Amino acid sequence: MFFLSHIWLIPLLPACGAAIMFFFGRKLQKSTVSAVCVGAVAVAFIWACLAVWQYRDYSASNPGKPYQTILYTWLGTNNVDAQGNIVPNDHAPLGYTRQNNIPAPFQADAGFLLDPLSAIWLLFVTGVGMLIHIYSTGYMAHEGGYYRFFGYLNLFMFSMLTLILGNNYALMFVGWEGVGLCSYLLIGFYFQRHSASSAANKAFIVNRIGDAGFLLGMFTIAWYFGSLRYTDVNHLARSGHFAIGDPIITAATLLLFVGACGKSAQLPLYVWLPDAMEGPTPVSALIHAATMVTAGVYMVARSNALFVLAPTSMKTVAIVGALTAIFAASIGLVQNDIKRVLAYSTVSQLGYMFLALGVGAFAAGVFHVFTHAFFKALLFLGSGSVIHAMSGEQDMRNMGGLSSKIPITYRTMAIATLAIAGIPGFAGFFSKDEILWQAWASEGGAYRVLWLIGVVTALMTAFYMGRLIVLTFYSKPRMSHEVEHHIHESPKAMTVPLIILAFFSIFAGWLGLPHSLGGSDRFSKFLEPVFAREQKVLQAEEPAKLAAAEQEQEHTDPLEYGLMALSVAVAFAGLGWAWASYNRADKGYVEPIAGMAPPVYDTLLNKYYVDEAYDYAFTGRRKVGDVRLGAMGLGEASWWVDSHIIDGTVNGAGWLTRFTGTLSSWWDKWIIDGILVNGPAVLSRFLSYPARILQWGLVQWYALVMTLGLVGFVAYYAFR
Amino acid sequence: MVPITTLHYLVVAAALFVLGVVGVLTRRNVVIVLMSIELILNAVNLNLVAFSRIWGLHGQVFAIFVITDAAAEAAVGLGILIAFFRNKETINVDEIDLMKW
Repeated sequence: MFFLSHIWLIPLLPACGAAIMFFFGRKLQKSTVSAVCVGAVAVAFIWACLAVWQYRDYSASNPGKPYQTILYTWLGTNNVDAQGNIVPNDHAPLGYTRQNNIPAPFQADAGFLLDPLSAIWLLFVTGVGMLIHIYSTGYMAHEGGYYRFFGYLNLFMFSMLTLILGNNYALMFVGWEGVGLCSYLLIGFYFQRHSASSAANKAFIVNRIGDAGFLLGMFTIAWYFGSLRYTDVNHLARSGHFAIGDPIITAATLLLFVGACGKSAQLPLYVWLPDAMEGPTPVSALIHAATMVTAGVYMVARSNALFVLAPTSMKTVAIVGALTAIFAASIGLVQNDIKRVLAYSTVSQLGYMFLALGVGAFAAGVFHVFTHAFFKALLFLGSGSVIHAMSGEQDMRNMGGLSSKIPITYRTMAIATLAIAGIPGFAGFFSKDEILWQAWASEGGAYRVLWLIGVVTALMTAFYMGRLIVLTFYSKPRMSHEVEHHIHESPKAMTVPLIILAFFSIFAGWLGLPHSLGGSDRFSKFLEPVFAREQKVLQAEEPAKLAAAEQEQEHTDPLEYGLMALSVAVAFAGLGWAWASYNRADKGYVEPIAGMAPPVYDTLLNKYYVDEAYDYAFTGRRKVGDVRLGAMGLGEASWWVDSHIIDGTVNGAGWLTRFTGTLSSWWDKWIIDGILVNGPAVLSRFLSYPARILQWGLVQWYALVMTLGLVGFVAYYAFR
Repeated sequence: MVPITTLHYLVVAAALFVLGVVGVLTRRNVVIVLMSIELILNAVNLNLVAFSRIWGLHGQVFAIFVITDAAAEAAVGLGILIAFFRNKETINVDEIDLMKW
């Protein structure tokens, strides 16, 4: 159990790599940088594989139990008894009172938890992460800031692994913020470009909105359940004390979902993800396609015990997911930047995942995350290889006819396209079809609209991916001669990860081969300990319906084949339509949608004007008439209030003080000093003039007067 | 030989008194003025002693008081005078007009 009990080393290894890059990276050779950073992630990957291997043994002896190791308490107090339960203590720092008036410490461990859910994430994050690290050594070979790039990547791996392996919401939040920071740093990697730095800001700010939701949800959970540990929260949630539809759990889950919307780019917070393509392509592949953006899915799946208690939240998740899927897919239909098409595709696929979670098919959603990680990383890395070959050109209008010139890139990307379009046999088919089937089967009634949206989205997906492939690798070459002259296949460091990912894009789906196709759905079975009880709760909601549904399941197997055939038909239709539309595209070709309905095309090309609408409503960069709304409007309004009301009051107080000062100084000068003080003085001076005449200052004259007076008196009395 | 009566004393005392008063009123030197005051006091003493022939010893006792007083007055007066001389370098009474408005 050595690898399992030292699971905390997995995030720590890339952290060490990042620290080395941070302190010494500038002085290191590129080869040393590659060795340290790629090595750290490779060791983490091997360690993760061995730990998951040992976890299988562990779960064999402790069925259904997650493996948990708690290193120490990093937040709050150490009031934990021998069994690891939190002992309430009034005097604990960060203590608070729960909703039932029981005092509780706000406490979080530095603890790590491995269960099937985190095992899946752990494996594909380290695996895909390692491949992308290797790819980056080729892609970034001629770029400046090599050590910085790899330091950020390793820091990202550390944060993501913390997010995945943490055993409580607070530690997850640490990873959550960490990946947000790394995403910001890496989107703004080319910080000399204004567009890159503003895209980084956009990503960071939009994510903050979601993070606020996450924090509030986390505090609500702490307040309601008295613990942040998944094991405690899940235990309480499953205990049956809480009614289905409990308003506080609904609020908590909705708040958590706001966080998921920010991180996983769902409506209405998806706007940052397309702009995040300003970062280097391996970053787009690793962070903004395969791993970080699935953190929201992970969080919702991790909180499944809470979400099933809140049907409203589930419905919200499903509806938001479905709408995001079709919304982003429709934008992706007409974008010309190869990476932007893939970015909208990512948003759309994330919508699928949330649709699955929302209809209660947690395992199907996680399965799609898993397969999507491979084929979307492959698509992005392939597009990076294309851009590399095209000397930095990203506009598909200037590509074409590359299939024979960069054959490895072409073949691997074609495999990924077939996978994402849902062609049978490739990974995406199994996961996407599972989601559509669950959307159809699990709720019924009005929720089949969501299924319909999913099918339309699948058609769009097939079309825009076909368009990407045809415009890039087929059709007429449309690039300039210099560019054409330079086209070359990428180095081995880039093509080998492509080939490995292509392998998984084909075969990862077979892990979840459904029963209807003769498989045993091993993927869902592996996840059963995490989700099984939730399925029961969902079904126990309406036992009658459960019985009906079970019966239906028996009967609707033919229906499942029918739906499967439909989605396959849709996939082929999309790809075929794209082939027919773009096969002969030459310079100045016309988009079919632009030919059919120009207003629709303009709306889609401008992304439904959502950025503009946000500029009007939220950022305030654009004015509505003469009025500015949003953040800048608030700023202007605050500025106006500050400069007019606050400063006016301050100046008014100043003016009033000065006025009363003037008044009282006038009073003091003229009334007090003038009349009351100087008045008597002037009066007595005036009165003194007659008396002063007598005082002429010669002592002997005074004596003479005195003597004469004496003589006078004496004479008067002597001679009267 | 005319016997010396009280009246003789009184005449001498009156003359002495007038000499003193004239000295006080006319001399500019403060030292002389102080000496003239001594003359006035001594004229009074002469009167007191002369009248004590008629009405008993009270007059003589009073004369001793006056002598004492004269000594004190001379001491204080000369003290003020020295202090004043140090400030103004003069002891002429017509130049002492600080109290004039």
